[in-house]
Parts: sequence; structure tokens; C-alpha cells
Amino acid sequence: MTMTRKLTVSLLVLLLLVLVGCAREETKPAETPAPTAAQTAPPVDPATAATITGKVTFQGTAPKANRLRMDADAACTKMHASPVLSQEVVVNDNGTLRWVFVYVKEGPGNRPFPTKKEPVVLDQKGCLYEPHVVGAMVNQEVQILNSDQTTHNIHPVPANNREWNRSMPPGSDKLVDSFAREEVMIPVKCNIHPWMRSYIGVLKHPFFAVTGADGSFTISGLPPGDYTLAAWQEKYGTVEQKVTVGAKESKEVEFTFSPSSGAGD
Amino acid sequence: MNREQESEEYSRGRHRFVQVTAACTFLLLIVGGLVTSNDAGLAVPDWPLSYGTWLPPMVGNIVYEHGHRMVAAFVGLLTVIVAVWLWLREPRRWVRRLGLAALAAVIAQGLLGGITVLFLLPRPVSIAHASLAQIFFCLMVSLAVVTGPGWRTEAVRTDDTGKPPLVDLASVTTLVIFVQLILGAAYRHSALDVLPHLVGAVVVTILVIRAVRRIRQRHTRQTPLRRAAWLLAGLLTLQLFLGLGAYLTQLAAAKTSQPPTDMVALTVAHLAVGALLLATSVALTLHAHRLLARPGEAVSLSAAGEEAAA
Repeated sequence: MTMTRKLTVSLLVLLLLVLVGCAREETKPAETPAPTAAQTAPPVDPATAATITGKVTFQGTAPKANRLRMDADAACTKMHASPVLSQEVVVNDNGTLRWVFVYVKEGPGNRPFPTKKEPVVLDQKGCLYEPHVVGAMVNQEVQILNSDQTTHNIHPVPANNREWNRSMPPGSDKLVDSFAREEVMIPVKCNIHPWMRSYIGVLKHPFFAVTGADGSFTISGLPPGDYTLAAWQEKYGTVEQKVTVGAKESKEVEFTFSPSSGAGD
Repeated sequence: MNREQESEEYSRGRHRFVQVTAACTFLLLIVGGLVTSNDAGLAVPDWPLSYGTWLPPMVGNIVYEHGHRMVAAFVGLLTVIVAVWLWLREPRRWVRRLGLAALAAVIAQGLLGGITVLFLLPRPVSIAHASLAQIFFCLMVSLAVVTGPGWRTEAVRTDDTGKPPLVDLASVTTLVIFVQLILGAAYRHSALDVLPHLVGAVVVTILVIRAVRRIRQRHTRQTPLRRAAWLLAGLLTLQLFLGLGAYLTQLAAAKTSQPPTDMVALTVAHLAVGALLLATSVALTLHAHRLLARPGEAVSLSAAGEEAAA
């Protein structure tokens, strides 16, 4: 066998290994199973339910928001009289952070929680997603609207749920779907307008909230117990803290992010 | 008029047509690079139609994705003409087969493009699509080389002295550049880290330097080899700078909300020069097979050279 042939065979084998490596099956958790009778804790008693309120603050100098270039689609630029800024990090006037997903990460166990009847609505308006961050329960109906006079494609990119990509021309009917597994967070993007990005947090329970223009959040209806509360921010990742609430107790907590907070999970 | 009797003028026309097809294929590679760099691969969710029509509204990233499909369809049409033209008029059987291989490659490439869209860009398929694009471009460049006037003139084969022979060195260099392009595609599609691509760059640089030095030392009288060597050296230098620039702008792009223009431009230029580097190496390999003979085998028959190349 000549040197060329030996090298050819070696390189082809290497190439095959690379492609096989790329094609490896990613393990996905099974869909949320129904809890067994032994695992199921009693439903939450409204008479003892506790509430956690709080705010998410930002420490340090707020990063300068990127200006979004929408000139690839005239219909998008026409809808904004002033420059549009990225919503990746929005520091409110009172020093708090907007678009932070706060949720109970550990604690509720396998207690069954009925799926919320009201749908979660995600609109495409001014070539932006509205809201930028939203929470939903497993199997809760998610309605997607297109209020723009341009075509969008809506493309959730989950790690543990089914990925899909559908087009929504102007004036199209609402699109209805749901997510079968817990996942924090699912990025949603429009491949036509690459600046458009939204995040959906999917949980088995209803104990989540998204901070608004005052940076505050409220999680209510919690059964008394020990919890791990987490706050996820698009750029700075997740921070956690332990919280214990008693019956009917209202507890206040505060999360803090800073420019040095690393993007975690 | 049979294949052997066809006029030289007619074959010149065919050669020009193949050259145009190769140039359009290069343009197609660039447009394909723009699709990936702008994250436009799924801007059109359906295939083979785009939003159920042949001409969707060309807004946002639809421009790149549908533009890519339009250029691809045009190149496909040109390739059909090349394959049929060669089949009917080309006297050399292996060149006719090369034309058919190009046709098969462009059909497979179209199907891979469709599959990657319909299955939401599975990495192995996207990488295979990027790799087959390079193979198809090489086939077109090969056809452009072997249908050219230079290939038809009688050549004096000279001894391929040195270890390893230049024929082997050029073949290995071509293969390694191709693997390097696959590693680049794997990095681009987030299947691999950048490290294998960096290691590949080092290996390619060593091989290209060896090949260029060999030609400068022993084969300067063979014009096609000399030209290919200079081109390889120039393209490699440019490619290394483009790779560095593309990587640095990509790191900076992580902080932005959409692909920045400098990152897109440098990355696509890196891809395009990579394709040219591979194509030049393919041309060098073909010419080396035709113009060089292992010691003691030198003959001055172009037909024999062609058989060796085949």
C-alpha cells in the first residue's frame, strides 16, 4: 500500500468517525410522566398557601444596549419612529432588571398541578416578540400571533421538547401549540429577522413569574415548605437561593445580578 | 460529426461553458456561506417551494435562503447541460463520466439542501451539504481543467523525483484540505470545537509549504505546476489571515443581537478562499499526474498523460 493510499484510508476513517460523532443521538428525557399515587402529595390548600414577592436588582454600570438593525425589512423599520434597542439586558429606572424569569426550581415535588386553562400569548409586533420572556406550564396552550404586516417564521429551539418551524404571513390565523416537557428556557427565534428572540420557560407547576418595568415579581399559592428559588436572565444566567415559607406566610426575597454574573444555564 | 471529428472551435465553446459553470458554482458557495452566517437556513420553512410559491417576498433573511435556492437551481441547470454536452461530444470516456458524476453530485446536493431544511438543520446533514458543495465545486474545476486547451496540447512528462513524489504529495494535500474544510463546516455548525480545525490548518500549512518548495526546487519548467504553486501559497497566506479575522469577529459577535457585517464578510471570505485553495490543489494534483512520471517512466505522449490522470 503506497503512502497516498494509507493516508487516504486513515483520513476517510477519521472523517467517518467525525460524522458518526456528529450524528450521535442526543438523549432526551421522557415526557412528563403522570405521578403515581404513592408520589402524589395532596393538592395545595388555599387556606395555607404562601406568597413570595421580591425584586431583581442590577448592581454596577448598566451595559449599553445594542441598536437593532431592522433595515433588512422595510416593513419593520416603518413600524418604529425611533431606534429600537436590544432587550437582552433591560435595566429599569429604579435599578432593577426587566425580563427575568423567576421560578421555583425545587420543592413542589411531584404534587399534581392542573394545567392553566388560559393560554399564553406570544405576539410578533413591530418585528419584536411581545413579551420578550414568558412562562408556561407543561401542556399549557401557547398562542402565537402575527400583528405585523410582514411575514415571520416562528422557530422554537428547545433542547428537551419538539422543535418546529412554521411560517406566519401577515394576517394569518393564530398558531396554537404547547410544550410537553419542562424546560428553562426555550429560545424562540424568527430566522427571517435574526434580531427577533424570545424565551419561554416551561414548568410542571404554576410557580413562576417574569419581572416587569419595576423589576418586581410575585409567586403565590405556594404550599408551606422549603424551596429553591431561581432567577434566570438571558445574558447573566441563573442565580438561586433557598427560601422556606410557612402557612399563609408572605416572604420577600431579592436577587441581584451584576455585569460579572456569568451566563450559566 | 462524431466525437473524434468535432472541431476544435466547438470544444473551446464547451470548455468556456464548463468554466462559466464552475464560476457560478463558486458564486453558489458564497451564497450558501451567506445563508449559514446570517442564520438564514430556516428563513424558508418549506421545500422545494418557498412559502408555497416560486418567488416569495424577498425580505429579511428570505433573500439569502431563497436566493441560494435560485442560484442552486441555475447551477443545476448548467450542470445538466454540461453533462449532456460532454456525453454527446466528448471523446474521452473518463471525462464523460466525470460530467455524470458532477450531475449526480448536484442532484444529491439539492436533496441534502431540502432535507436539512425540512429536518431543521440536523448537523450531520448540514455538514454533509457543506462538504458535498466542495466536492461538486472540485468536480467542476476538474472538468474545466481537463477540457481546457492546455490539457489537449502534447506534454513532455518529466521525472517526479523526490520523496514522497509530488504526485503523492499533491494528492495528500488535496485530501487533507478537503478534511480541513469538513472540520471547518463541523465547527461552523457547532458539531466540533475550533481545535480540530486549528490542527488541520497547521497540517495543511505544512503540506502546502512542502508542495510549493518541491515545485520551486524541481519543477519550475512545468508552467501549470509553477502557477498552481504560487496560487496555493498566496491563497494559503490569505486564508490564514481570514481565518483569524473570522474567529475574532465571531467571538465579538457573541455580544451582539444579530450577525455583524464584518463577521459575515470575513467568515464567508474564509469559506470562499478555502474552496479556492481546495480547487487549486485539485488542479495541481491533476497537472502533476499528467506532467510527471515516476523515474524511468517519462514519455512525451499527451494521451499517455491523460490515461495516467484518468
